[in-house]
Amino acid sequence: MGASTSPSSVNGPVAEAERITKRYGETVALDGAHITIMPGETHALVGRNGAGKSTLVSILTGLQDPDEGEIRFAGRPAPRLSERNAWRERVACVYQKSTIIPELTVAENLYLNRHDHNGLRLVSWKSMWRKAADLLEAWSVDVDVRLPAKELGVEQRQFVEIARALSFGARFIILDEPTAQLDGAAISRLFDRMRAMREQGVTFLFISHHLQEIYEICDTVTVFRDARHILTAPVMDLPQGDLVAAMTGEAAGLRERKARPSVPPDAEVILDARGLTDGDVYAGVDLRVRAGEIVGLAGLGGSGKTELAETIAGLRAPREGTVEVAGRRPRAGSVPDSLAAGVGLVPRDRHHQGLIPLMSIADNTTMTVPERLGAAGLVSGRRRDDLAREMITNLAIKTPGPELPVNGLSGGNQQKVVMARALASDPRLLVLITPTAGVDVRSKEFLLGKVEEIAGKGTGVVIASDELDDLRLCDRVLVMFHGRVTTELAAGWHDHEMVAAMEGVDLDA
Amino acid sequence: MPETTAAPAETGRPARKGPGRSPGGLRLARLRDFALVPAIIAIAIVGQIVHPIFLQADNLINILQTMSEISLLVLAQALVLIVGKMDLSLESTFGLAPGVAAWLTVAVGTGSGLGLLSGFWAIPITLAVGVLVGVVNALFIVRFGLNGFIVTLGMLIVLRGLLTGISGGQTFFNLPESMTYLGSAMWLGVPASIWICLLLFAAGVLVMGFTGFGRSLYAIGGNVDAAKAAGIRTDRVLWITLIAASVLAAIGGLLLTGRLASVAAAQGDGAIFTVFAAAVIGGVSLNGGKGTVFGAFTGILLLYMIQNVLTLAGVPAQWIEALNGAIILTALALSRLTGGKTQE
Repeated sequence: MGASTSPSSVNGPVAEAERITKRYGETVALDGAHITIMPGETHALVGRNGAGKSTLVSILTGLQDPDEGEIRFAGRPAPRLSERNAWRERVACVYQKSTIIPELTVAENLYLNRHDHNGLRLVSWKSMWRKAADLLEAWSVDVDVRLPAKELGVEQRQFVEIARALSFGARFIILDEPTAQLDGAAISRLFDRMRAMREQGVTFLFISHHLQEIYEICDTVTVFRDARHILTAPVMDLPQGDLVAAMTGEAAGLRERKARPSVPPDAEVILDARGLTDGDVYAGVDLRVRAGEIVGLAGLGGSGKTELAETIAGLRAPREGTVEVAGRRPRAGSVPDSLAAGVGLVPRDRHHQGLIPLMSIADNTTMTVPERLGAAGLVSGRRRDDLAREMITNLAIKTPGPELPVNGLSGGNQQKVVMARALASDPRLLVLITPTAGVDVRSKEFLLGKVEEIAGKGTGVVIASDELDDLRLCDRVLVMFHGRVTTELAAGWHDHEMVAAMEGVDLDA
Repeated sequence: MPETTAAPAETGRPARKGPGRSPGGLRLARLRDFALVPAIIAIAIVGQIVHPIFLQADNLINILQTMSEISLLVLAQALVLIVGKMDLSLESTFGLAPGVAAWLTVAVGTGSGLGLLSGFWAIPITLAVGVLVGVVNALFIVRFGLNGFIVTLGMLIVLRGLLTGISGGQTFFNLPESMTYLGSAMWLGVPASIWICLLLFAAGVLVMGFTGFGRSLYAIGGNVDAAKAAGIRTDRVLWITLIAASVLAAIGGLLLTGRLASVAAAQGDGAIFTVFAAAVIGGVSLNGGKGTVFGAFTGILLLYMIQNVLTLAGVPAQWIEALNGAIILTALALSRLTGGKTQE
């Protein structure tokens, strides 16, 4: 690797993009946008879905050429697109979609297409394993390089991807929503590592939907909106309200949440779960939710909150214990039974369980209610579209019509489709698992507002999440740690209380 | 990390040499390659009990020779599956390639031979037909981005039809000696086709396990975007793989032609099902990126050993077909149980 040519000992910007314009047919993805990244800083790039962040990343990493404008690295013009190695020495990106190949070992993923060869021009596995182990150790990533990459967790995969990026000689790294799939503890480990790397001279461009993360880790923030550059400022000088305003184009801070009317103690019990146990995943959980009540299940990844919520929704069966919904007891682990009993579910990952990407919005939203689409199992297209239109209006989904395939929607709108699907059956109990993951600020506000509205109409709601904003609207939050409910917090908790409880730390001790 | 901002960035080679984490012998993952070995040993024992002739050299050589031709199709299919594609047309190439060679070289008067070329050209023609079929497949699949399953299904039908057309549905006889040599010669007391088959598999193991090219097949089959991002020229690798697979099929066809001293219009017809079954039983995933050449070899070996045992046990030939299907299903169920994961 021609490392000696790589630019790093320069005082000017590490990377600059000037007057970048990029069009895809009718759509303008970037309109004269610019960004300047100084060496050693951690620079945040924020914007709502569709603001042009992904396009900028793909131009900055040499995946496509801009229609107009110029990219410079350390003051010199960017290499041509075909010179992959030259690009890799200047900039590396850890994309949202993992570029790790699961069946290959960690070492091979690190040195893919640049294997070490022995005297016979054959791949020398031994020297590759040694090199890979040295590399990971140099950046203190503790992973066995001979493990197949599929056995790594999301967090370790990211570290491996970062280490690979560094191994090309690049000291400017773009992290595209690295925290989206991580739990709180993993995020703070990622941040620790980023700080350590910053000490070693690595510059980051950090993309995230989570504003508090930007305040925690970044020095400078650049806001894009509607394909344009809006502002660049030091993070410390920019109050959160102004940042949100810059992103949304409105002078509205994070909405102050109105206190919700308390749930009468004699309200009907919608969910009555007793003694739910599934080995080590979760154990001895009792949970009652009344009509109109919003109950949070908080916890980190591996705390069992997701599995518990899936059990309540009928997606998995518990070893022991019972779930009763509105007086009925659906067969354990049966989704159709749970649906019939009145459970609506927003599953954990919309890409895996929430949506069928090539099918239309209408098909996706009405999937849970085939009986309402026509008699005798036949589907009336008109009735389906009417129903879908109703939901599109109800959830303010931005689309030309119900026939659009959902993969044409932005992340926030896709999540609204998932929500619409859960609501289509008019559930008595709504179970939401990380309902605002990978969703922009405005859609998030909207979705959470919708949840409150639904609870106000007498539906019981369970939200499983480690996102503080999701949990804030709950009447009470059960915090899980290693499969057990350890703490119960009533509405009005402080952030540090919640985080400490999720981390299993006792503040009073 | 004693690396400073001022120093030119290194290639990531750490300044401080750390001890490589010792992996502690063979990883369990590697043992997957040998998953069928216990089954093969078990069948050998059963075979020996069924009929004492089973483990004698003659019978073992017989098994290897019968499977040598089709095993090259398995090798070819394994490569194509690992890179994440499918090639159904292999079974037709298996017949067409030697068929065309016979058509052009067999003297006028016997069957539909044209007698245009001398026997010397038979093998070059066979290989050239293999290359040509591979090029057409790659053109449709890689260049035009069409679905490999459908493209090669079309090719399967077209190529079979071509063979029927040139042969008039008849069998080619009186082949030139160059065509029959490889399939019938003995080298060191063992049929040449066994040597060729083993050599090609050994080459396959080497290429797939120990060359950058072979590893790029796994990368492409595992995650094509990641492979591209790593700078692998994915299209070129796909072209080479598809062509190599067709050439392997042509060689397999040539071996069978030599053994039978003829090319039937139906040569290879229906073989693709056994080929897929052997590859999957041997641990090659239909979704790409997973499996080994050695595993594929154990897959086809197991199927042919079981067939041999059934024959020795005196199972009537009419029933072998049904039993074959049942064996494939049983083997799949067993590999699911022992592998513990849903078949992909």
